[in-house]
Amino acid sequence: MTDTLQIDPIEALKDKEPSKPPRSQWRDVWDQFRKHKGALFGGGFLLFITLFVIIGPYIWTLDAQKLDIRNKDMRPIYTWLWDGSAKIAWNRPLGTDNLGRDMLANMIKGGRTSLAVGWAAMVLALFLGTLIGVLSGYFKRLDGILMRFTDLVLSLPLLPLLLVAVTLFRQPLRAAFGPEEGMFILIVGVIGITSWMQTARIVRGEVLALKEREFILAARSIGTTPGKIITRHLLPNIMSPIMVSATLGLATAIITESALSFLGVGFPSDFPTWGKMLADSVPRMTEYPERVLLPGIAISLTVLSVNYLGDGLRDALDPRVRGR
Amino acid sequence: MKFRTLMLGAAASFAMAPMAMAERGADGNVNIIYWQAPSTLNPYLSSGTKDIEAASLVIEPLGRYDQNGALVPYLASEIPTVENGGVAADLKSITWKLKSGLLWSDGSPVTSADLKFTADYCMHPEGGCAQLAKFEGVEGVEVVDDLTVTVTFSEPKPNPYGPFMGGQSPILQAAQFAECLGARAPECTEANFGPIGTGPFTVTDFRPNDVIQMEANQNFRDASKPAFATLTFKGGGDAVGAGRAVLETGEFDYAWNLQLAPDVIAKMAEGGKGKTIAAFGSLVERLEMNMTNPSPDLPEGERSTAKHPHPFMTDLAVRKALSMAIDRDLLVEVGYGQAGRPTCNLVPAPALYASDNTDCLTQDIAGANAMLDDAGWVDSDGDGVREKDGIKLSILFQTSTNAVRQDFQALIKDSWAQIGVETELRNIDGSVYFGGDPGSPDTFQKFYADVEMYANNFDGTDPESYLAQRTCDKHPGPDTQWQGENINRFCDPAYDALVAELGKTGELEKRGEIAKKLNDMLTKESYSILPLVDRGRVSAHANSLGGVVLNTWDSELWNVADWYRIK
Amino acid sequence: MLTFTIRRLILSVPTLLFIALVIFLLLELAPGDPMAQVPLTVPPEVKEKMREALGLGQPAHIRFFKWLYQFFVVEPMVFWDWMWGTTYTEGMQRVISWQTRSPVMDIVVQRMPQTLWVVGMAYIVGILIALPIGIYSAYRQYSVFDQAGTFVSMIGFSIPPFFTGPLLIVLFSVQLGWFPSIYDTTHVVTDWASFKVQFMQMIMPVMVLALQTTAQISRYMRASMLENLNEDYVRTARAKGLSEAVVVMVHVLRNSMIPVVTVIALGMPAIFGGAIITENVFKVNGIGQLLLTALFANDIPMVLTLTFIFAILIVVFNLIADILYGVLDPRIRYD
Repeated sequence: MTDTLQIDPIEALKDKEPSKPPRSQWRDVWDQFRKHKGALFGGGFLLFITLFVIIGPYIWTLDAQKLDIRNKDMRPIYTWLWDGSAKIAWNRPLGTDNLGRDMLANMIKGGRTSLAVGWAAMVLALFLGTLIGVLSGYFKRLDGILMRFTDLVLSLPLLPLLLVAVTLFRQPLRAAFGPEEGMFILIVGVIGITSWMQTARIVRGEVLALKEREFILAARSIGTTPGKIITRHLLPNIMSPIMVSATLGLATAIITESALSFLGVGFPSDFPTWGKMLADSVPRMTEYPERVLLPGIAISLTVLSVNYLGDGLRDALDPRVRGR
Repeated sequence: MKFRTLMLGAAASFAMAPMAMAERGADGNVNIIYWQAPSTLNPYLSSGTKDIEAASLVIEPLGRYDQNGALVPYLASEIPTVENGGVAADLKSITWKLKSGLLWSDGSPVTSADLKFTADYCMHPEGGCAQLAKFEGVEGVEVVDDLTVTVTFSEPKPNPYGPFMGGQSPILQAAQFAECLGARAPECTEANFGPIGTGPFTVTDFRPNDVIQMEANQNFRDASKPAFATLTFKGGGDAVGAGRAVLETGEFDYAWNLQLAPDVIAKMAEGGKGKTIAAFGSLVERLEMNMTNPSPDLPEGERSTAKHPHPFMTDLAVRKALSMAIDRDLLVEVGYGQAGRPTCNLVPAPALYASDNTDCLTQDIAGANAMLDDAGWVDSDGDGVREKDGIKLSILFQTSTNAVRQDFQALIKDSWAQIGVETELRNIDGSVYFGGDPGSPDTFQKFYADVEMYANNFDGTDPESYLAQRTCDKHPGPDTQWQGENINRFCDPAYDALVAELGKTGELEKRGEIAKKLNDMLTKESYSILPLVDRGRVSAHANSLGGVVLNTWDSELWNVADWYRIK
Repeated sequence: MLTFTIRRLILSVPTLLFIALVIFLLLELAPGDPMAQVPLTVPPEVKEKMREALGLGQPAHIRFFKWLYQFFVVEPMVFWDWMWGTTYTEGMQRVISWQTRSPVMDIVVQRMPQTLWVVGMAYIVGILIALPIGIYSAYRQYSVFDQAGTFVSMIGFSIPPFFTGPLLIVLFSVQLGWFPSIYDTTHVVTDWASFKVQFMQMIMPVMVLALQTTAQISRYMRASMLENLNEDYVRTARAKGLSEAVVVMVHVLRNSMIPVVTVIALGMPAIFGGAIITENVFKVNGIGQLLLTALFANDIPMVLTLTFIFAILIVVFNLIADILYGVLDPRIRYD
């Protein structure tokens, strides 16, 4: 407000040479993003955890599946701080499990799988959910059938569905991609196609409300094609519920994967994931709290950082917020 | 209401402390938790252990097996044998005599008509009776007088204690179930959920798959028993929660079958509210070596059938080396603790039938390596895996999903890696693996893997039918909808002949000898089955619960009438 | 609106029939066997006889139509009989569970109270906590409160109940001895003392479940509030001098509630579906535990009936959510 008062009205009518070249949109996005401390932290942590699981195995070369029964049930080295008699060793910084497998190596290998499953399943679910939500919200003719289809998928019992999928597709996928990759595709697929419904519902609701707004009407009146309206006008405006779905989806995917392994329809038992490490250690929770806490904290922090990152991205991408 | 009876019970027990033990219902309420919940109280409709054991509180057989596997009369006045004339000399009939003066919980007398009815009920062609195997070979049940029946068999039966013996075959009241024969069995919900029995307790409220409430049977044959006035039988949850409720929080008095790793149980026992008890039966965790080729390249219907022998499992040296590489002591230490013993036998007990075979108990990696070297299995391409004639020693090893089994898989895979055998692990949900769905590739009968692990035992104390499962004609295959008990497709005519001989032998000593020989043929001679652990049963009871005797040959609650509260 | 509702109701009948068919086929295809839990000592011939007694010998389409008849004709008549004391259904075959050999609906009715008490209460508690948290964190975006709220709700969402459940039991039942670790389903509330017992045994499962609900709903509430706080109408409202409380609690809240109400309505069927893991951990033997045991026992009539009841609830609540949408947001038109 005060700025405008100082401007000389005559000066304002003159054309001025731009003193600076125009700032690119992405520059603005980055500037806004940088202001968000949580987002920076989230992005940093996500980068760290991704590097940790990718580069980790080259630095910490111990085999996650190597049994070392004499050195079983070791505690992490930090327990030494309060319990001098704890069984610890410097070459096992996070301790070992009940069969003597190294926890650090397992965290690295488990994180690899968990992150990959989480991201892949989340992206798949998000894609399906947004697609179906936008289509059924925007095109009235598709709405009925797509929403009934959503009802159908929502009411399917997950466990039999999984068992059917495993029975029908495991052998061909195993033959085509090998035992581990085949199982990976199967699990990501199953989690993805059974968790998009919430997103679809919410996206549809938002689209229903948005498409009655004036700017959509304006866009339509100047002859913008539905495809363009969706990509240019609708999608950017429903980013925030999508982002929320994404963060929740990542957590759900990691947890669902652990529940699947827990029920014996997931990865083979010699294939660690964070979720499975957590589930397996629950009976020994009081004795070896680190075995549940380490994977539990890893999952939580990952989800948290994705959440902050999503928050920051949403703010940075929204021009209404960016101006302030 | 319940709280009041409990208080009254407590008050009464204080007042008459010295006499308390001798009076029915003096000790108030007892809480039992089973982490699998009973679905029905009619064991003829469901053969799940949970259902049979819950039913054993209410309905009783003529005789039970005690903790040593010996026969004890319950409703019968004595156990019939050849010596006392109860069993005919030609082994074709057995005559049971009821105790006199027995009453059902509704006050009517127990007669031999009830015995005959029970047999008719189970043997009805449309009934789908779950305990039909108990009545196998029964030609007829004749009522001799009010208290006596004779069961006749179509062929000589060296072990005639199938019908009316043990928890699986209790006596039903004819009057209550008269309308429930055959296809009408499921319509009698009320009877199935609250059978009238002779046992120490009667049902007051049954909630399927959840909780059962019972009270003392006022017509129980021993006037001073049971010591508890009421009983709550809670089901559901998992073994950890059940163990915790008895050992750590003390909410429950008895927890059944704590299938948990030994360190977890030990930690819980530190809670100090209760103690664990263990006993051994005939349950053996074993590895089955597939003698046929499970390769997915074979056409469906020919995989894992006798048409295609296994490329390397048929080599005795390979099977023996696989056995030698396993450290069974370690497996027991990791998985079962006090509830397991390393074993080399398929029939670990009773003593009469158990072979003295112990040569597998020591792990011998060097010996196994040497044996494979001698047999021509060498690692020629330096990838750590032995091969011969282009065939790699690469094994697919499957089992059901269960924390202890997955630990075993990891340990065994590790041992086998040390002798140059590569292992791929797979675990399958138990409801699929142990289900016989012929459409599923993952059942243990189909055995689409090279090695698989599970546990099995036999009913009662006689292993004849158990050993007879391994004859050539019992291979599972597409022609029998994959129903068959010879899981590893072992086939040896000499074995079949010996099984036939066992069926004709009545003399106990001789039967024992033959059974031991059969056991050895399957284990130390052929290594087609690698027994790993003789699995016991661990249960837990509160410190204040007395009279518990753990029994693995019959229902765990077999002597619940003798339980009492320690004061 | 009325025509829309009627049209949707009529349309839902074929939808539900189709859903029933798909669930049935799925269960048929699934590689389970009701005999899986029968001990291995039972010989295969006996198992085959038991399968026949369950009606598995009949072809699949006959079984499906039988079930449809039983579910849509016999069961409502049984309900009618029970209401008015008539006996029309004498001798008619009801939907029978394979595990218990008793009518499925009787068990469902028996299980409902536990599930509604625990899961329903948790949902209400969860929403009551979530809404203020969501509103305040959005209003004071990036404040300490917002950061803490985000952190707690993310933890709540990313830590599975099979961990929080045993953790609470170890803390409050084993160490402190405050609450029972096993839920007594036979407990009847008659007076203040028995209500206290009920409250004590409910508190842990309710808290575990409420944590999940809170985490989810507060996220949606916050996102939706943030969206609306930047809208032009908020500026207008402030500009015309309305108090901040009125702006936020009336103008913004009403508009932000639209997507949140959908999320809440869509979550309702899940209450009746129970909470499988939490029910199992605390032995609250409700519908979730019933479904889980039925699934593991491959009790097809039970699973089919339960999932179909959920399907009905999902369709109904979906319709309710759509109608609410129309009521709350006049811009949306269905005709």
